[in-house]
Amino acid sequence: MSTQLLNDRGELAQGRASVPAASYRKSHLAQLESEAIFVMREAAAQFERPVLLFSGGKDSIVMVRLAQKAFWPGKFPFPLLHIDTGHNFPETIEYRDWLAEVTGAELIVRTVQSSIDAGRVQEEPGPNPSRNSLQTVTLLDALKELKVDAAFGGGRRDEEKARAKERFFSHRDAFGQWDPKNQRPELWNLFNGRKGLGEHFRVFPLSNWTEMDVWQYIAEERIHLPSLYFAHEREVVERDGVLLAVGENNRVLPGETAESRRIRCRTIGDITCTGVWESEADTLEAIIQEVAAARVTERGGRSDDKRSEAAMEDRKKQGYF
Amino acid sequence: MTTLLPHPAPADGSENPYLEMDLLRFSTAGSVDDGKSTLIGRLLYDTKSIFADQMEAVERTSRQRGEGYVNLALLTDGLRAEREQNITIDVAYRYFATPKRKFIIADTPGHLQYTRNMVTGASTAELAIVLVDARKGVLTQSKRHGFIASLLRIPHIVVAVNKMDLVDYDEAVYEEIVEEYTRFAEKLDVQDLTFIPISALVGDNVVEKSERMPWYDGSTLLHHLETVNVGANRNLVDFRLPVQYVVRPHQDYRGFAGRIASGTIQPGEEVVVLPSGHGSRVRSIDTADGSLAEAAAGDAVVLTLEDEIDVSRGEMIVRKRNLPTVGNRFDAILCWMNEKPLDPSVPYVLMHTSRQVQAFVTEIVYRIDVDTLHREEAGALGLNDIGRVQILTSQPLFFDAYAQNHTTGSFILVDPHTHVTVAAGMIRGEAKEAAPAERSVSPDVVWESWNIPREEREARNGHKAAVLWFTGLSGAGKSTIARELEKELFGLGCQTMLLDGDQVRHGLCGDLGFGADDRRENIRRVGEVARLFFEAGNIVLCTFVSPFRADRARARALLPEGRFVEVHVHADLQTVKARDPKGLYEKAERGEILHFTGISSPYEAPEAADLTLDTTAQSVEESVRAIVERLRAAGVVSRPRNS
Ligand SMILES: Nc1nc2c(ncn2[C@@H]2O[C@H](COP(=O)(O)OP(=O)(O)O)[C@@H](O)[C@H]2O)c(=O)[nH]1
Repeated sequence: MSTQLLNDRGELAQGRASVPAASYRKSHLAQLESEAIFVMREAAAQFERPVLLFSGGKDSIVMVRLAQKAFWPGKFPFPLLHIDTGHNFPETIEYRDWLAEVTGAELIVRTVQSSIDAGRVQEEPGPNPSRNSLQTVTLLDALKELKVDAAFGGGRRDEEKARAKERFFSHRDAFGQWDPKNQRPELWNLFNGRKGLGEHFRVFPLSNWTEMDVWQYIAEERIHLPSLYFAHEREVVERDGVLLAVGENNRVLPGETAESRRIRCRTIGDITCTGVWESEADTLEAIIQEVAAARVTERGGRSDDKRSEAAMEDRKKQGYF
Repeated sequence: MTTLLPHPAPADGSENPYLEMDLLRFSTAGSVDDGKSTLIGRLLYDTKSIFADQMEAVERTSRQRGEGYVNLALLTDGLRAEREQNITIDVAYRYFATPKRKFIIADTPGHLQYTRNMVTGASTAELAIVLVDARKGVLTQSKRHGFIASLLRIPHIVVAVNKMDLVDYDEAVYEEIVEEYTRFAEKLDVQDLTFIPISALVGDNVVEKSERMPWYDGSTLLHHLETVNVGANRNLVDFRLPVQYVVRPHQDYRGFAGRIASGTIQPGEEVVVLPSGHGSRVRSIDTADGSLAEAAAGDAVVLTLEDEIDVSRGEMIVRKRNLPTVGNRFDAILCWMNEKPLDPSVPYVLMHTSRQVQAFVTEIVYRIDVDTLHREEAGALGLNDIGRVQILTSQPLFFDAYAQNHTTGSFILVDPHTHVTVAAGMIRGEAKEAAPAERSVSPDVVWESWNIPREEREARNGHKAAVLWFTGLSGAGKSTIARELEKELFGLGCQTMLLDGDQVRHGLCGDLGFGADDRRENIRRVGEVARLFFEAGNIVLCTFVSPFRADRARARALLPEGRFVEVHVHADLQTVKARDPKGLYEKAERGEILHFTGISSPYEAPEAADLTLDTTAQSVEESVRAIVERLRAAGVVSRPRNS
């Protein structure tokens, strides 16, 4: 077989065998899967140069899995694009390279550092600067450079209030910006990907998934995840009420004390702003238990979202999502 | 606090209940302030779908606003611009789950751009919640919401009678609303209508059964949502696979990827590909999880065929003995969604399944007033208008009626310049060569199309259907001419039917008198009966005094342009009184008959009859010849070959 489906051992997945003809009932997860596959095929057919925005987080990993399924037994007909802030957890990069290798996918990396070097953006002053807002520029530059007309994102509508109205096919103007007033109604399964010159689309196959759906799907499919998602010992500091991992790009500041705790990530982003959680969950099943009992949204741990209630929305308008 | 979601299976491999949950997509609609946001907030809150940080944010905002309670409506508030204006302007999707089901709510704002949003939200919904404020009762908007739900053929409608706490949980208030809405819904095509009295604010009958309404013995809203039958409107009969993408990993594999729109399929079955019509058999149904022994509506699969056939995106694989309609003209209901009105001179891009073609709207048959459900003439469709139209496409589509198949019966129109989606459409069926006969002001918008289209009957009969309407004073000669004409037509091999005034007065209209109202009803019934015979392919001859212009105009309106021929059989009063074959004029003059046309009731002569016959000057034969000539000129009956 030309393409590999990754499972948690990095092996070719066995699949769920022939399905008996007995029942036409589909579980909600099967329906979400089929919907996401439909959306991906639709985008691949309607656009000339799609890419899959790969962040290293579980949502983009699930997207890779769905892309494999959508074009099976062929390869998915688009590259992975990673916007590397340079502030990633080392495990993320390691996983990214492993994934590109086992799937045989083309991996394109563009770095915020080169945007800084080219004078396109400026590093925030102060210690442990966040590159979160800088990556928007790198991303839009990359999309332009690669002449991308559709970028798959792992965004879900349950993530944040501002996302509840997001479309599967989300239109961006020639500046990469999102105009909430100018989105197209989406009816039935008809996705309108027509656009003017220089415009592009973000496509969100996971729109209707919830955090729990994603985790259950990962468990059901036995998808191999970066080790960051599982409980492990790590040096952390507490900053503004959020636990952050200590690393090369996130140094301990005066007045802070680093300590070793057993933690895991609920989302994966930059080390400078992605909150980690104290946890004992070191298996998928344990994580699912934890997610089920969680009392705080997964984004609750992201200090970048906390800056303002409408933070997400602003970043979306600028073209981050 | 219980957990948010069912616990997953332990690692020992026993069944994970999460994988057994099914999915219900529903839409919610209500007028401003009916409590829709509060209700959704309540559903999310009571099903423990709200996280602590979200709740804190809401509590904070409620406090800042000086609200004395936690305003659950804030949970579903969307974009900042809307927050500032305190309105919601677009469909928002919300998610929650119970151990039984996962729910996707399409939350459609009930005011600005209501129709556009409601139609969008309803297009994927299997159930619609229509909110009614118990204090306000059934408003026009509540009916509008029900109408749109029925138009989009949502199988289940729930009318949630909200704010019961503000009417002292009074059963009478509730019952009145139930009764009024039920009466209204009879005019719609609704399969399942359920009423639930609730208080979204307090929580009565939303998740927990209310003790304050012991008179209500139905389910709570959530229980209803959890148990209502899902997938009922899935079509498992007509196999349709619109090809989305061709998968060709190597020379020896050519797979046609798509999501099955309807029906089921198994390897070995005979299929044909549209539009080419090439036939083959299904070799395999492939997925990344293995090949399937059978696939059904909703499955995303890759089909391979036994024969090497060239198939591309936009084509459709169907079963050999179950074909959709293939055509480039069709009849549809269109919802216009753009500020720029419909322009019949613009070639729009039409997207239907995986196909994109150019399309013109060739005719706006009527617009539906969504509030009164009346049909009105319209020169254009503007934002939020709904109308019935005829569409012509540059290339054929493979379609079914929306009523049978939502996927192959729906389409959108896209502006070719701005690329914006401007309309949503639902196909009713093939376009009629002549527009189908219509009920002009009937409230029941759902009109089943005829089983055998009139055109087919006409083709078999060898002539077109028409209605000849003979009007004139009693004794003018209507019946005499019509009877002779019918024999003549019969001799020509035509299917005919004669409806005569005296005859229907004995049966169909035996309950009617001769006052203006009863005369109107008489003519209305005859018009409808004539229309039925017309649709059956007949040349229908109606001989009725029918003295009022308005009544005749109404009969004319039931038929397509050019198929209603008004024949004024004229003879002056002097002459008919002299003829008086049944002695009626004499009786009328003596006052023994009330409302006798020409004597004690007026006759409004046609202003522009299609044909006027003066029976004081013309013989019966001459009149008959004139009419036959007229029918030939109109193409209703063909000319004899040798002339
Ligand atoms: N007393 C009472 N008030 C309600 C109920 N449901 C909603 N409200 C109030 O009605 C107002 C409008 O509610 P909201 O949910 O914002 O309405 P929407 O415009 O339909 O979303 C708010 O002040 C709510 O608190 C109810 O069941 N009982």
